[in-house]
Amino acid sequence: MNKRILASTLAAVTIAASQMAMAARDHISIVGSSTVYPFTTTVAERFSRATKFKTPVVESTGTGGGMKLFCQGVGENTADITGASRRIKQSELDMCHSNGVEVVEIQIGFDGIVLANAKSAASFKLSRKEIFLALAKEVPNPDGSETLVPNPYKTWKDVNPALPNTRIEVLGPPPTSGTRDAFAELGLEGGCKSFAWIAAKKKTDKNTYKAICHTVREDGAYIEAGENDNLIVNKLVANPDALGVFGFSFLDQNSDKVQGTVIEGKAPTFESIADQSYPISRPLFIYVKKAHADVIPGIKPFLAEFTSERAWGEDGYLADKGMISLPTAKRRQVAADVRELNVLTDLSEN
Amino acid sequence: MTDTNRNLTQEQVRQRIEQHLASRHRKEKVFRGLGIASVAFGILAVLVLFTDIISKGSGAFVQSAIQLEVTYDPLVLGIDKVDEESLTWANFTGVIREALRERFPKVQSRSEKRELYSLVSSGAPFTLRKRLQSDPELLGKTQTVWLTADDDVDTFVKSLSDSKEGFRGRTSDQKAEWIQQLIDSGELKKRFNTTFFTQGDSREPEQAGIRAALLGSFFTLLVTLVLSFPIGVAAAIYLEEYAPKNKWTDLIEVNINNLAAVPSIVFGLLGLAIFINFFELPRSAPLVGGLVLTLMTLPTIIISSRAALKAVPPSIREAALGLGASRMQTIFHHVLPLAMPGMLTGAIIGMAQALGETAPLLMIGMVAFIVDVPTGITDPATVLPVQIFLWADSPERAFVERTSAAIMVLLSFLIAMNTAAVLLRKKLERRW
Repeated sequence: MNKRILASTLAAVTIAASQMAMAARDHISIVGSSTVYPFTTTVAERFSRATKFKTPVVESTGTGGGMKLFCQGVGENTADITGASRRIKQSELDMCHSNGVEVVEIQIGFDGIVLANAKSAASFKLSRKEIFLALAKEVPNPDGSETLVPNPYKTWKDVNPALPNTRIEVLGPPPTSGTRDAFAELGLEGGCKSFAWIAAKKKTDKNTYKAICHTVREDGAYIEAGENDNLIVNKLVANPDALGVFGFSFLDQNSDKVQGTVIEGKAPTFESIADQSYPISRPLFIYVKKAHADVIPGIKPFLAEFTSERAWGEDGYLADKGMISLPTAKRRQVAADVRELNVLTDLSEN
Repeated sequence: MTDTNRNLTQEQVRQRIEQHLASRHRKEKVFRGLGIASVAFGILAVLVLFTDIISKGSGAFVQSAIQLEVTYDPLVLGIDKVDEESLTWANFTGVIREALRERFPKVQSRSEKRELYSLVSSGAPFTLRKRLQSDPELLGKTQTVWLTADDDVDTFVKSLSDSKEGFRGRTSDQKAEWIQQLIDSGELKKRFNTTFFTQGDSREPEQAGIRAALLGSFFTLLVTLVLSFPIGVAAAIYLEEYAPKNKWTDLIEVNINNLAAVPSIVFGLLGLAIFINFFELPRSAPLVGGLVLTLMTLPTIIISSRAALKAVPPSIREAALGLGASRMQTIFHHVLPLAMPGMLTGAIIGMAQALGETAPLLMIGMVAFIVDVPTGITDPATVLPVQIFLWADSPERAFVERTSAAIMVLLSFLIAMNTAAVLLRKKLERRW
């Protein structure tokens, strides 16, 4: 018996070794943001059906994790494309450059971040200022002086007497999530800027400004509910007093259970996010490794599929998945850039 | 006097014992009751879990399909013969749209047409393509086919049984009316969902299946079993039968027991550093997954194999040695066959553990969207628990029931493996 086991072990090891020798990668490898994941996977699937290429393998690693894998270097064992729910940071671009990676930036569309509560409760109407006052760790002193105090607000009514008298309770993603970054940047900072003396700090003391505007309170009013947006939706149904923070596509799919909060007079809809009148929306990107474009089979056709009208157009299949298209002129310009594979050198150009 | 005195004491003693007996019996009962209560609680928890999963997941085993009269019109398809080349370009979507327009001739406006076309799954053209490919004679003919409905339609149809209104979600009034018409005329039916067992993952819930994940799990476990069982058994034999008892073997023993308790994500990090970064094995491959899970299950197998070897009575070894067998002959002819049932049980339990792991696979790229069904241990693959995790995280409503259905499949495999372990032990175990 043992002989047989020994023989089969040897056989398995030999097979493994021989397969390794010819393991030149023939599929595209994609990493990155969990927000972009539903869109890249959709394109990957359609692309492989329409062509003879293998289906790209898509991992959901988060924006930051994806950048780390992507910028590791050039070669078969590194990712070809990474998705990002925010623009690449200067530090990440520097890391890429120091590892000899040339990146091509492609903006693919927008995503809206929504605040929502259970349908059984009354719908909320908030401004970004109210969101900031309700959720920031430190807020301007309510007596009007230009000082900060630890957030004293317990109920929405404390923030604005017109709001309901319920405890502030917001379920949202943890700091590792791109959704949280974008929520802080667009929602909190948007409200934070409305205080002129804080906005003035942006020029003089950028770090303090960021700390004031991006730090979420930690006294239990904001509850980190994990990266799973479905979970947040279910918790909202169970707790009608709570608000939740998640991506627009989850609101779109669960419109029977939860309703979007109207922010500054705009309800989150396809239209209001696309024309950017809904204030908390963010751009989505994919970054492509230029050196791989001619080495790994299928990258160029994959990008062509991604930037085709039937995919990212206003009536395309990505819109059906909840992505919000770029304006037509911008789409044309980006598609042209993609054909040229123009390399991103520094972040100021746009 | 002494006599009565003794009698009295005896009487007292009996009384005391009787009193005491009642309280002892009571304690016995309470203890037994507690035991039964804890078992009952366990069973209740399992029942709640199972009913929840089954009630949520059973829907995924059926899938709505729409009956259509499809004409393989060469003009619409844009081909004049059936071959590989022309099939690739043929416009099957056009054929389906034509059939839908014929079924609902009143639909005119552009937006209405868009609604209408979205009744049928975007995978339906590939169904037609397969049909035409297998029977080229169909070109130019009309055929009645059942095409998979879109997931929004499916979710709506299934929710109709819960409430009269049903879950509309993204389904418009117009579309709901068409669906009702189709149901009334028997042209929309729920049929067994074969796709769920024959396809890989997909972003469209109605086209998603668990086959790729099942095969991924199979290849990963194959690598794990082929490596961990022989290595684990060999290590156990050496440690139990040959190794001297000293500081070093004590150290090794402590380490093995320690490794069995290390969180599995640590093995994933190790796998990333060693197998992928150093040996440059491919990411997302069952080979690497199997290697990582081997590291994870080895301690379990070594510990259970050593226990099985220890349970073989020394008299058997002594008898064999006494009759002139060598150490190796003693082990292979007598000890190992007697210890094998225990070792196999340990291996099966280790495998069942490995089947349920996701954390170590995260690091080595097996938590990924994989559509193609893997054909070997170096193809990109994912495993069943990962598939469950990915579906649970998807926004589309129809993935909720698929998540539960996949859990049902995983649970049935786990139950099968654990039952096999129990049966094997019962059947082969020998008592001395």
